[in-house]
Amino acid sequence: MSDNTAATRATQAARPEAILLPPVDVIENGTGIILYADLPGVSKDTLNVHVEADTLTIEGRLSLAVPEGLEVSHAEVSLPGYRRTFTLSRELDTTKVSAEFKQGLLTLRIPKAESAQPRKIAVSVA
Amino acid sequence: MYRSLFPRDVFAELDRLQHELQQAFEVSPSIRGIGRGGFPALNVGGTPQAVEIYAFAPGLDPATLDVKLERGVLSIAGERKGALPVPEEKAAVHINERFAGRFRRVVSLPDDIDPDSVSADYRDGVLHVSIKRRESAQPRRISIE
Repeated sequence: MSDNTAATRATQAARPEAILLPPVDVIENGTGIILYADLPGVSKDTLNVHVEADTLTIEGRLSLAVPEGLEVSHAEVSLPGYRRTFTLSRELDTTKVSAEFKQGLLTLRIPKAESAQPRKIAVSVA
Repeated sequence: MYRSLFPRDVFAELDRLQHELQQAFEVSPSIRGIGRGGFPALNVGGTPQAVEIYAFAPGLDPATLDVKLERGVLSIAGERKGALPVPEEKAAVHINERFAGRFRRVVSLPDDIDPDSVSADYRDGVLHVSIKRRESAQPRRISIE
């Protein structure tokens, strides 16, 4: 699982707007991959996670309820949303991805296909 | 340890560069400087009625957040637990970009705020603190007799 720069470039060409890359943690264990992504300010309705072929895309629009007439004096988050894409490897089972989104933190669990799970091979002593 | 909160793409990077060049020529708004790059990321703005502060701190329990207003300085502190597994577990960490650990950020507020009317809420991982300006400081139309 790595940053798919080619895919990022392709989506940027289609939509040349600037976007934030959400920071992520990716952890792999025997049963699959867990991805944590920080998407503060994104509500459940504006979050879009999808897998197309072997590309995982995480997209979210910032949906802050700001009062009318707000004059921003200092902004560190100044872009309208987040997007990041990853290439998944073949042993991951994309049909069984589970996602949880809580307080701006997205947790994705991508299990490995049954055949790719680690197996202990018993050694018989002759 | 410095960690970029939102590693940006090249367009955003250019935008940031332009911003920082501008800032170099402008008078710094606060003696506490530009706290760019810390956690949580902050957006600060104001309306004639209130000062609004947005802290982008996802995945926290709001009960553990420590928000204080003291002598015109607002401080936001807390701790975010790391998602990484304990070393004994058989797991590989491929990407580790998210902030973990204790954090604290301070914002100095303008003089016309009313420290008694502060409200804070935490939604979608964003802490929003709203501090009303004093009644006497609000813009008023003066009628001519």
